[in-house]
This record gives sequence, structure tokens and C-alpha cells, in this order.
Amino acid sequence: MLYFSKLRILFITLFSVLFILLASSNIFKFDDNFFDKKINLGLDLQGGSYLLLEIDNEPVIEQKLQNLTTTIRNYFKEKNIKINNIKIENQNIFFNVLDNDKQSVLDVFQDENSNLNPYYPRFKSHQLEIEDTGLNLKVNFSRQGLIKLKTSSQDQAIEIVRRRVDEVGTNEPNILKRGNNRILVELPGLDDPMRIKSLLGKTANLTFRFVTNDENDRFGVEKLKFENGLEEATVSKRIIISGENLLDAQPKMDTQANQTIVSFTLDRVGAKRFGKATSTGIGKQLAIVLDGKIISAPVVRDTIASGSGQISGGFTFQTATDLALLLRSGALPAPLEIIEERTVGPDLGQDSINAGMIALAIGFMLVIIFMFVKYKIFGLITNVTLIVNLFILLGVLTLFEATLTLPGIAGIILTVGMAVDANVLIFERIKEELKDETNNILAFDGGYTKSRTAILDANITTLLAAIILFFMGSGPVKGFAVTLGVGIFTTLFSVYFIARLFTSIYVSRNKNKEKLI
Amino acid sequence: MIAFNKYYNHFNLLSSVLIVVSLLLLIFKGLNFGIDFKGGTLIELRASDSKINVSSLRDRFNQMDLGDVSVKKFGNDTDFLVKFENKDNKKNIIEEIKANLDKSFGNNYDFRRVENVGPKVSAELLKSGVIAISLSLALMLIYIWIRFEWQFSLGAILALFHDVIVTLGVFSLFSLEINLSIIAAVLTIVGYSMNDTVVIFDRVRENLRKYSDIKIFELTNISINETLSRTIITSATTLLALLAIYFFGGEILKGFSLAMILGVVFGTYSSIYIANTVLVRLRVSQKTVLREDDQNKLN
Repeated sequence: MLYFSKLRILFITLFSVLFILLASSNIFKFDDNFFDKKINLGLDLQGGSYLLLEIDNEPVIEQKLQNLTTTIRNYFKEKNIKINNIKIENQNIFFNVLDNDKQSVLDVFQDENSNLNPYYPRFKSHQLEIEDTGLNLKVNFSRQGLIKLKTSSQDQAIEIVRRRVDEVGTNEPNILKRGNNRILVELPGLDDPMRIKSLLGKTANLTFRFVTNDENDRFGVEKLKFENGLEEATVSKRIIISGENLLDAQPKMDTQANQTIVSFTLDRVGAKRFGKATSTGIGKQLAIVLDGKIISAPVVRDTIASGSGQISGGFTFQTATDLALLLRSGALPAPLEIIEERTVGPDLGQDSINAGMIALAIGFMLVIIFMFVKYKIFGLITNVTLIVNLFILLGVLTLFEATLTLPGIAGIILTVGMAVDANVLIFERIKEELKDETNNILAFDGGYTKSRTAILDANITTLLAAIILFFMGSGPVKGFAVTLGVGIFTTLFSVYFIARLFTSIYVSRNKNKEKLI
Repeated sequence: MIAFNKYYNHFNLLSSVLIVVSLLLLIFKGLNFGIDFKGGTLIELRASDSKINVSSLRDRFNQMDLGDVSVKKFGNDTDFLVKFENKDNKKNIIEEIKANLDKSFGNNYDFRRVENVGPKVSAELLKSGVIAISLSLALMLIYIWIRFEWQFSLGAILALFHDVIVTLGVFSLFSLEINLSIIAAVLTIVGYSMNDTVVIFDRVRENLRKYSDIKIFELTNISINETLSRTIITSATTLLALLAIYFFGGEILKGFSLAMILGVVFGTYSSIYIANTVLVRLRVSQKTVLREDDQNKLN
């Protein structure tokens, strides 16, 4: 156990130097690409905002089912099958057909090549399920159909969220999917997430619709409140243009009326429809509706054929800027709710770093002094090992550009405390061996060999705990699991290679000395 | 040699009492769950005006109709921790509070940290915390079962349960807050306690093979003594590191390091007085380990 070949010594030295260099690249700047890495600081250390958003898919499902009723009706009309009493209840579509049509309707829904009900061969499932309840036929989304729907609305939502966050211009935002209906947004350095929160909280569904008094409007009408919450107007459900028709939107100062407005440009289709609607609707009020509330309802005075226009609604410059931003980035497929928020100010982050570093320094000093007092020369060896171990640990974290959190720093300090365990197990075993063994080299050899199972057992148990923490924990706690887990490997390396190398050099030079340890 | 075995019965009794009391506390008093597991809002606030203190803050917050609000000093005289349930899960609650506080305190204060956990997320976090702890106990059980004979596994697991339950009991007794980092601490305690037990068990097994004429009652004592200096030194260095975190690592890590300190103390104690006494009570003998060796040979 005490013999080291030259090759092995070279390997150990190179390995240690490599990771020490990596660790120091956090402080010094290297030109080399490989060393140009840094440990990332978690949001709890650098300050920033963590937002977990959940997509409310209910309205999407409702809307899809609504569209489906029309599709089903038209589809079977072509086949001369009459659909009766079609209605939506609790996310199910119910309808009746004549008894002798029933089987052909069921067949259409269960046909793997049907356009009406897409089949996913990978999951051996249709999008929709149909069931004959006896009273009527019941159609709803299958499990797989729901998952498809959710992932597709998540895909759309994350794109819009990314655009909105980018428009605000924070540095290096991190936007990730979580499950199939959540989006995680990490915004480093942002200490007041108020603006982003309010931007993400809006669906930004924009429509232009005529105000009408005609209760029998062909498209149906609905009563909508104005933004101020006081007045109300009856608005047709017919959509003239919607947010999708917008090419651009910008906040502007209207110098004549001395107010801030949002000016917009429409695409070709939008411009055409807007021009037609404004030419036929002169004198009527055109309501500009955002997320179910009327921003304003100006009277149409002229035909607007240029494909551009403006929205006024008592904006401040800030609200106009935000509205323009929302319109530019597009509407969310479904409303988002912020279900978890954690924000740390940058000065608290810095305080945490300082406290963590002081605790690390003090903990380290205490352990080093203790070990030196207890084991003298072997304490010294342990301490050198401990320092190298710390650097290698930091080097590994740097190599993987891991995220360091406050509990992560605690994990490093704890590693320092527990790292001596393996050395202590070995030294104590050597002491025992020396009681009946006069040959120093044999005693040391025995000490290393006989303590090995205990050391492995002890480290594997801690590693198991760290692995579970890594997979079950979130955010800062994950950082703890990472440092604790990586710490186990670096500790084993430094104990079995570095400390053993030093020990072997010392023991072979003093092999005849009595009371070596 | 210290006669640890003289007190096996006394400490078994003490541990049984501790476990029963802890369980009663956990059942009747319960744990003080933080917002991570209960849902709600937390604000860490730093004041630059002496007018802002616990009572003036409490006054202001109570007027805002937020339900049950707790206001506490946090570390020093200028830092405060405000917590409330945010039952209706109001959207712009932080902005409303800011506007309200601005009226009475101007801008002589600063929100250093804001956490808002919705009811759905907190329920999930609690569930995954419980799963994590159960899973780690199960994994330890499997690991020790593979490595040792069943009598040893039982001893180690009883020691683990003891450490986790008594540590949580202390948290219940003093109404210390349970948050995500406490779960991390409990898992680390599980790892540490196991580690400590395994080292002694390893020695017990080795000695069982070596001496056929020493009874387990004596043999455990010999093994404990042989590994004692290691037990003391490792606990000491780990405690030194943890004490450094507790006193210098800032307020946020206080609960975490306290739980770990308790865990290390209980873990060290239980390796000696619970894990080993199980071996004694199950009358483990040389046969127990030799049978296993024979089986290995056959394989």
C-alpha cells in the first residue's frame, strides 16, 4: 500500500495541478478556453429572482372542445349523419345520433386513419376517446391527447415568455420547462421582479371589435368592462382584427393631444380587414379589447387603409411601453399563474457569500489546528491533503460549471469536517497495528488495508444520501447535494493518493524510528 | 477501557423515553412548518430608521388584512422577518405591501428577500421531502442488508430512526422552523449516523471472527473502545465545522446547522447505545457471521 511508481506520482501531481488551476480560474483570468470557466453563483448568492409559472390549461381545453363541436357537426354533415343536442359539460362533449348511425360514428372515432381523431402510433392512443353512455355519446380527450395539448401549449407559452423576458433585457435569464404545464424563469441580478411579474401575468389577447346595441348580432354579443372597472359596453363577438395581425407596436408621444399612445402596424390581411371595417363602420365605436377588458373604444371617423393605427387609453409612458412590448411578443396560449417566487436582493447575496466564506475559513482553521495538535506530523499531512482536497473540489465544480449556493458552501464546510474521517480511520488503525507489529512499513500497510472497508462503507452511505437529495431537492438544496457528493470523491482521491503518497515518503525515510505516529 | 456496556440498559431506557416523548410532541404539538411546506409569503426587511421596529411593523402589517402575520427580528436590530399565510394567494401582494409601508416609513427600508410559495407547490415540496427521507432510509436499509447480517441492519436502522425522530422532536419542542434546508440536514444526518454505526459494526464483525470465546456483551464494548478515538475525532471535526457555520454562516443557515449539530450528537450516541445494544439483545455470536462466510464460500 505504500509503494508508488514514478508514473503514478506523475499522474497524481498532474491531476492535482489541473484541478487547482481550474479552481484558481475563478480568480485569475486565463487565455486558454479550457480554463476560462467559472463556478456559477446561485440566485441566493448573486441575488435575483426565481419564478415558477403554471399554465392554466382549462381555457385552452374549453376552446378546443368548442372548436371540436363545430368540426364534428360539419364532418358528419358531409356523411349525412345528423348530430343532435351537442353540448359541452365538464370537459366532455355529449351528442345524440340516430341509432342506426351510431356504429358508423363510433367507427370514425376509432379509425386509425381518420382525420377527425388523430392516432398516435407511438403511444397506441387516439387524441379523443368516445364512449356510448346509452343516453348519448360522450367524447373527451384521452390521456395522451391531454398530454399533447399541454405540451403544445407549454411550447408556445415558453416562446412567448422568452420573448417578453428578452424584451425587458435582463442579463442571462434562464427559462426552462418543468413537467408539462410549468415554466421556470430564473432572472439573475434582478432584485425587483415586479415589472416582469406583471408582464408575465398578462395573456395579452388583443382584439378589435365593434360596440353594438343590437342584441341579435349574428355573432353574439357580450358585456365587457372598461379597464377602469367602472363603465361597461356591449361588444360584438365578431373579431375584426386580433393581436396575430400585428407586425409591430411602439409607444409614442401624441404631441397634439399631449398623451402617450401605442402605435401599431398591421400585416397585409389585417390591414385589408381593418380598412374594410373602418370604411363600413364610420360613426361606430370600435372597442380595443385586451384580456377581456376594454382599453378604449374610439369612434371611427375615417377609413384607415394604411394598415397602421394607434391605441390611446390614458397611458403613462411606462404602461404604453409595456403594452407595446406585450403586443409585439404575442399572446400567451393560456393564462399563467406565478405559483412560487423567490427573490433575493444583491446585497443579501453578497452578505451570504461573505458569511459563508468566513464560516469556511474559521471551520477550516479549527479543523486544521485540531488535526495538527492531535497527530503532529501526520496531522500536517492530513492538513495539506485537506487543502488540496478543497482546491480539487472547487476545481471539479468549476470544470462542470456547477452552481454554488449558500447550502452548497455549507456542504463544502461539512466536507472539510468529514474529510478527515478517512485519514483518522487509517491513522487509528495504524496505531493499533503498531501495538503488535514492530516493522513500521508493515504496520502502515496493514492500517491502510484493514481500514478500507469501513471507509468505503462510510462514504457510500453519505453518497446515497447526497444522491437522493440531488434528485429530490430543488434550487439551493440541490447545490448542497452537489458539493457534498463531489466532496466524497475528491476526499477519497486525496486520502488514497495524496495523503498516502506523503505518508509513504515520510514512513520510508523514518522506517526505523520508534513511536512513528 | 471504558465500560460502555455497563450502561446499556440505562441508556436504552433513556432513548425509549426520548423517542416516546418526541413522538408525542410530533403528534400533539406538531412541527412548525415554514412557508416552503405550508405555503405563504416571507419578507426579509432591512430598516435604516430606528422608527421601524417589531411593534411598528406588526401594526402596519396587521392593518393590511393579511391574516395571521408574524414579525420577528432576524439576526440583528435592523433586520426583520415577516411571514404571513397569503390565504387568498393575492397576485400583487408584495407591491401592495410596499405601497403601504412607503406611506408610513418612506424609503427607509429595503426588501432583502421575498419568498412566495403557493399552496400547490408547498404541498408538493412537503410530499417530495417525505419521499426523500423515506427513500434514503430505505436505501440505507438495503445497503446495510447487503453488507451485513440482518441483526446488524436492524440495529443500524433503529439507530437511524432514533436520530431522525429525536432531532425532529427537538425541533417540535422549541418550535424551530422546518424548511427545505432542514430536510437536507435530516438526510445528511441519516448519512452521518449510518456512517458512524457502520464503522463500529465493521469492527464488531471483525472481532466476532477473531474471538470465539468472548460474549457479544463484552465484544461490543471492546469494539466501541477500539474505534472510540476515531468516533471522537470525527465527531469533533464535524462539529467544529458545523459550529463555524452556526456562528458565522449567517442567519439563513442557522436552522440547517443546528439540525446537523443535533444530528451528529444523536448519531454518535446512537451508534454506541442503540445499534450495539440491538446486537446484544439479539444474542449475535460468532455463528452469525460465520454462517454468512460459509454461504459466501459456497457461492
